[in-house]
Amino acid sequence: MSMLVYLLVYAALLVFAAAVIIRFVSYLRNPIHVRWELYPVAHEGAKAAYGGSFMEEVEWWNKPREVSKLTKAKAMAAEILLLKAVWEHNRSLWFVSFPFHFGLYMIAGFLALIVLGAITGLSGVPFTGEIGPLAAFISGLTAVLGPVGLVLCLVGATGLLLRRVMDGDLRTYSAVSHYFNLVFFIVWLILGLLLWWTADPTFAQLRGLVANLISFNPEAIPSGLLTAWIAVSAVLMAYIPLTHMSHFFMKYFLYHDIRWGDEPNVNSPETDAKIATVLNYPVTWAAPHVLSEGRKTWAEVATWNPARQSELGSEEEA
Amino acid sequence: MNNRKKLSINDVSRGDDLLSSVEIEDLMPLPDMPEEQEWKPIGESTLENYACILDNTAILPIPRPKTTEEEGELVRKFLTGMEKLFQKENNWTFYSQLVTTMDHCVKCNTCSASCHIYEASGENEMYRPTFRTEVFRRLYRKYVKKEALSDWRNGPIDLTWQTVARLGEMAYRCNLCRRCAQACPIGADNALVAREIRKIFSQELNITAPELHEKGSMLQLKTGSSTNMNSLVVKDNMEFIDEDINELSGFNYETPWDVEGADILLIHNAGEILSWPDNVGAFGIIFEAAGLSWTLSSDLAAYDSINYGVFYDDVQFARTALLHAHAAKKLGVKKIVLGECGHAHKALTVIADRVLPEGMKIPRESCFPLLRDIVFNKDGKYNNIQFDPSRNDFPVTVHDPCNLTRLMGIIKPQREVLHKLCPQFREMTPHGANNYCCGGGSGFAIMGRNNIPDWRMKVSGRKKIEQILNAFSDCRGPETPKYVCAPCSNCKGQIRDMIEHHNLLERENMIYAGLVELIVNAMVDVNPGFIKWEDDMM
Repeated sequence: MSMLVYLLVYAALLVFAAAVIIRFVSYLRNPIHVRWELYPVAHEGAKAAYGGSFMEEVEWWNKPREVSKLTKAKAMAAEILLLKAVWEHNRSLWFVSFPFHFGLYMIAGFLALIVLGAITGLSGVPFTGEIGPLAAFISGLTAVLGPVGLVLCLVGATGLLLRRVMDGDLRTYSAVSHYFNLVFFIVWLILGLLLWWTADPTFAQLRGLVANLISFNPEAIPSGLLTAWIAVSAVLMAYIPLTHMSHFFMKYFLYHDIRWGDEPNVNSPETDAKIATVLNYPVTWAAPHVLSEGRKTWAEVATWNPARQSELGSEEEA
Repeated sequence: MNNRKKLSINDVSRGDDLLSSVEIEDLMPLPDMPEEQEWKPIGESTLENYACILDNTAILPIPRPKTTEEEGELVRKFLTGMEKLFQKENNWTFYSQLVTTMDHCVKCNTCSASCHIYEASGENEMYRPTFRTEVFRRLYRKYVKKEALSDWRNGPIDLTWQTVARLGEMAYRCNLCRRCAQACPIGADNALVAREIRKIFSQELNITAPELHEKGSMLQLKTGSSTNMNSLVVKDNMEFIDEDINELSGFNYETPWDVEGADILLIHNAGEILSWPDNVGAFGIIFEAAGLSWTLSSDLAAYDSINYGVFYDDVQFARTALLHAHAAKKLGVKKIVLGECGHAHKALTVIADRVLPEGMKIPRESCFPLLRDIVFNKDGKYNNIQFDPSRNDFPVTVHDPCNLTRLMGIIKPQREVLHKLCPQFREMTPHGANNYCCGGGSGFAIMGRNNIPDWRMKVSGRKKIEQILNAFSDCRGPETPKYVCAPCSNCKGQIRDMIEHHNLLERENMIYAGLVELIVNAMVDVNPGFIKWEDDMM
């Protein structure tokens, strides 16, 4: 049984990594898209405060482009850590969505500390008996982050589930997958809390298991509850990037490439080359004003004037 | 919250009655304004010939299928178009934006409260930003991605002719203002989905709103302008405007045409030339007074900045943008400056940025930073114009065109001018990037069929008129003249119609016009009284 769980965790890690990489690469391989930014654009520095842009300046193309990493970082932090948009536009949902997400961040931190502790332990630093300050710090922080994160996330997940069930407006838009995802999280969180409460209050067993995973040493897992929790954790980890919950990393593109994607095409041979590529894509839309006289590419179609049956910009039109 | 029957997503696929109706008693109340009249019935022949099965109006003329074969044909064509929409080659323009919105919306409805149409209708479910998107997303997962057990996993949906007809209409119950996208924590864009559905109908099914297509972009490609003015007519009209404005203002100038090597090619929305000649005249006065080197172009489409493709069709969009760039290249100007037209700004300066090929690139900018720099004579680059702000000493508020502000971030320049020249300037709430659409966005302002104007007044424009009334809450009544600065042709048309609908000229002594009229009205070298409070403003 233990060996199966070890294999499950390795497989889940592979699926998680593969799914994230495939989604990233898939997006990056998309063709160039038209600019579709939405203000405020966070990197606009002082202008970001009121939603202004570089286009507020006369002949902006002759001026240095000022992009502020600071205002961008501030906006990202407020959005990622505090769910600013939900706070501003859907306050009642924030009271359940925030604990869910912040709880997840704490659990992620907790798991990172577990891994750090496991690596530290493997390198010879003891975590039992007489322990040094590093191990004390790691285990102390782990012992706080884990339970607090699990409780916070459980409160949020339960609240989100109740909202989906009880709020008629949300129910209309909720499908089996939404309920399933939240129940999945709730089961995982309850198992995690049970593990902490009944079997592994210092997370020493979990740290040991992770050390075994890192060192490819499939020792028997000491408790059934730990076996169950690590198995559910593995499946959940593999499942998340396969669903709409992949927004946790795809949001990068939604914000940076689309919403804040205001880079003008000035002195950019790279952008010109990308435009040249897409203008040579084939077009198969069927409406008569689109396809006419055997024109096959975007460039050919866009330079045809169907109302005059002539090439755009030809002398006949002037 | 209204008392209508709660809609479920799959209701769109059933029955051929109206999906829902906006009841007058459900409309968001306006401050100290009388109740609206009931909806007028849609004409018999329209009902007979077109699939008017969504609500109290009809925008997209979708032929009502008469036979089972015709029903199947409508569905088949729509599905083919939908498949093309999710192909990179056919939809490179918006593929990334669309797919990420399809895949990552968490259906939290955070966007709902940001939609002026949803709010003004009394929260009618069919206008919720996520409603049409959810219909479309379920179709995408079931029929395009062909996900196993899709009805069970994602929620049920059936692709019937009614689904297609209602989805097409629902795509035209959105102003494409993208306020919902601004509110989305994930970055999903429900307004884009509405636009992309319009694209399927136009580019695949050849079904379009006639004001945008036949009388819009196609007419522009044919005669040079959606107003149907060819180059001779537009020059004639501008000559008359020059004469009238010279006489009215006492400032003598002549609009320059086709000046090779000028610094600036100014492109107006040609609707201004026909409906708001004072606006184009004011541009002429300001540019001449500032000593700019500028010209208009009489080339095809180059004297009309409209680009309705931005609302419904990528191909028509690209063709119009290319014509604008071509005219500028031909004259050898240094840059294009866009007049007071929001969607033209967005189309040519932002969207066309990744459409124009290398040889067609020409710098393009908004008129508002230039106007600001002229008024303040920034760096002493312009002739010094003297202003007397006391000529504008009446309450002024400004409407922020969505294309200009939320979608381009041009917010401060027009405000700097207003603060300098209008002593009683006051903001609407909210404003800037968080503004509300006028209700005429995405082409609605130019539509007059069926109940469309009524829908614009009752529903889509309701939030804006509430904002306007609230901005003047300290001076309500006809005793105080009031000015709504609407620096965009589409918005101006909508605000004109709302002022007329609510009888606000008589009740509130309220008029509307652009920013340049206020600038000229305050110019010392111009006769006083450039702005008039008479009926002919309407």
